[in-house]
Amino acid sequence: MSRFEVVRTGASAPGAQPATQRNVQHRGGEANTSAKALQDKFPAGVKRVEVIWGETIVYVDPAAAHEIIRWLHDDQSQQYDFLSDVTAVEYRDAEVPIEIVWHLRSLPYRRFLRIKAQLPKGAALEIDSVMDIYKSADWLERECYDMFGIRFRGHPDLRRILMWESYKEGFPLRKDFPLRGRFSRSEQLRQALAQNPENRYSMEELTIADAFVDLPQDMRDRLSKGERTGE
Amino acid sequence: MSKRTVEVELSTSGLDAQGRPQRVPLVTNDGGTAVALEPPPGVEPDLEGEHMLINIGPQHPATHGVLRLVLELDGETVVRCIPHIGYLHCGFEKIGEYRQYNQIICWTDREDYLNSIGNNVAFALGAERLFGIEVTERCKVLRVIACELSRIMSHLVWLGTFCIDIGAFTPFLWAFQRREEIYRLIEKWVGARLTTSATRVGGMAADIPSGWMDGLRQFIRTFPHTLDEIDRVLTRNAIWVGRTVGLGVMTPDEAINWGLSGPMLRASGVDYDVRKDFPYLDYETYDFEVPVGTNGDVYDRYLVRFEELRQSVHILQQAADRLPDGPVNIDDPRVILPPKSKATSEMESMIHHFKVVMEGPRPPIGESYVAVESPKGEKGYYMVSDGTAKPVRWRIRPPSFVNLAAIPKMVEGHLLSDVIAINASIDIVMGEIDR
Repeated sequence: MSRFEVVRTGASAPGAQPATQRNVQHRGGEANTSAKALQDKFPAGVKRVEVIWGETIVYVDPAAAHEIIRWLHDDQSQQYDFLSDVTAVEYRDAEVPIEIVWHLRSLPYRRFLRIKAQLPKGAALEIDSVMDIYKSADWLERECYDMFGIRFRGHPDLRRILMWESYKEGFPLRKDFPLRGRFSRSEQLRQALAQNPENRYSMEELTIADAFVDLPQDMRDRLSKGERTGE
Repeated sequence: MSKRTVEVELSTSGLDAQGRPQRVPLVTNDGGTAVALEPPPGVEPDLEGEHMLINIGPQHPATHGVLRLVLELDGETVVRCIPHIGYLHCGFEKIGEYRQYNQIICWTDREDYLNSIGNNVAFALGAERLFGIEVTERCKVLRVIACELSRIMSHLVWLGTFCIDIGAFTPFLWAFQRREEIYRLIEKWVGARLTTSATRVGGMAADIPSGWMDGLRQFIRTFPHTLDEIDRVLTRNAIWVGRTVGLGVMTPDEAINWGLSGPMLRASGVDYDVRKDFPYLDYETYDFEVPVGTNGDVYDRYLVRFEELRQSVHILQQAADRLPDGPVNIDDPRVILPPKSKATSEMESMIHHFKVVMEGPRPPIGESYVAVESPKGEKGYYMVSDGTAKPVRWRIRPPSFVNLAAIPKMVEGHLLSDVIAINASIDIVMGEIDR
């Protein structure tokens, strides 16, 4: 007895039997058909299309990225329903802009597409969140913010995920962040020992329990002003 | 929508007239056949609005590592779940930017440490795409054997710990006994049990030793027997079914939208397997089925993973039958070291050895994202090269991380004891989530 109908992948592309890729060229080669469709649909939003090692990369305008991904998700001829990954790339050359990378999969068509938006250095690192389209973007965008400091506009709960809330050394995967961290070992140890155990709970979590009435007055005041963390 | 029933039976120590174990159903319906205990009702009556804060972890055996869940409880029902991760964060991706490609392979062992050899293969595939290399036929088959062995190992750990979390102890011992045999095979092959570092860009660290295939064939022959035993104990056991049916349900649309992959997604009725849909290592030439559930609950995740164990044995059998002779490593001096005997006796080979080790192979400028079907789901390695010997960016797409992100959705409305079962059914590895 079953509750759901089984969703078959490749249902919209019958007959196309996938096989292991062989003899992939470095550059050139056949681009994903979605790239052409995107260029026709968004002539201003799509900047250029590249094919590297058989993978199609569509460079888009950061302002249009959300609209383009929304269209890829909703349009019946594309159906990119699976967001594999959201991440960012910073190059060693400080002149090159930071890139936000989305890896999208269309399960019905068995297609794979990489969307990139370039954020110039110097300007605010902000881009629209795609969490209203894909729920999976929740933690992936949080991690991207945590590691690169990119703010995703419209994300409902954009806070650090792997590092702790009071982490003050910056964003670890940025190229100007030294491998061993910004602070000395002794400073890191001093901060760790000075941590208030109460801070391991966010203000939001403390309000769950009756612990709220036992909180110090200043924490209660800050909470009532809408602060989220217990630092 | 009709309520789902699963026929169950419960073994007792007595034997019936035919000498078979006597089975006593725990709960029977009017027709006399056994049915599963009904799933718990969604929300209990409000106890004057008094909600309780419960903190599980990070040091708790049922959180499979250092996961921390902060739960808001209404009575025993979970109203809200706030997960905290990062206790095991080591900065693998940052360290990778300071390492050559072959050196990063050692880091991939330590991330999803239950599937270390599978990660080695996945990383090597990604790096080889970046270098524009294709490995030899023998290497491909050996890598398939490595991947499927590590899938069995990982699923056995999942099965054992899942049993422990729910309260069954015996299958844990059976599973770990068989897992030990695979560890012995892996150790004979690459010299290490857990941190295998088995692959290199362009080949493997070592070919299999002589007589190794006999050990593999022995395992393939005897392992299904263990599966049958575990199947008999668990699959139609009333307690097992009662603890797992109807928990943490994800519909197919939800599962896709939340980015679930692997057995989590397939249990929800989506037939997505990277080995079938975006094949690598010639997986399209192997004959195997992709098990798909239709209820999206914890019980279906159990069934899907269990069937995957059988399918992996089937793939192993085919790979063992077709393993061709020939070299394991490609013949490309840019990435492959000369034989040790030559490196210590010939000047040119010594220089060659020195260059490959000290400077490292350099891929052309470019980038690649290669995803494989790891036991947890779609594991992807995204690498960006600027033409130097070290990647500009090495990104791990962690399946457990994305699967775990859906835990608040899955546990809310269920009982506290079901949180443990749901969490176990995700099959998380904190090494991979925190990296």
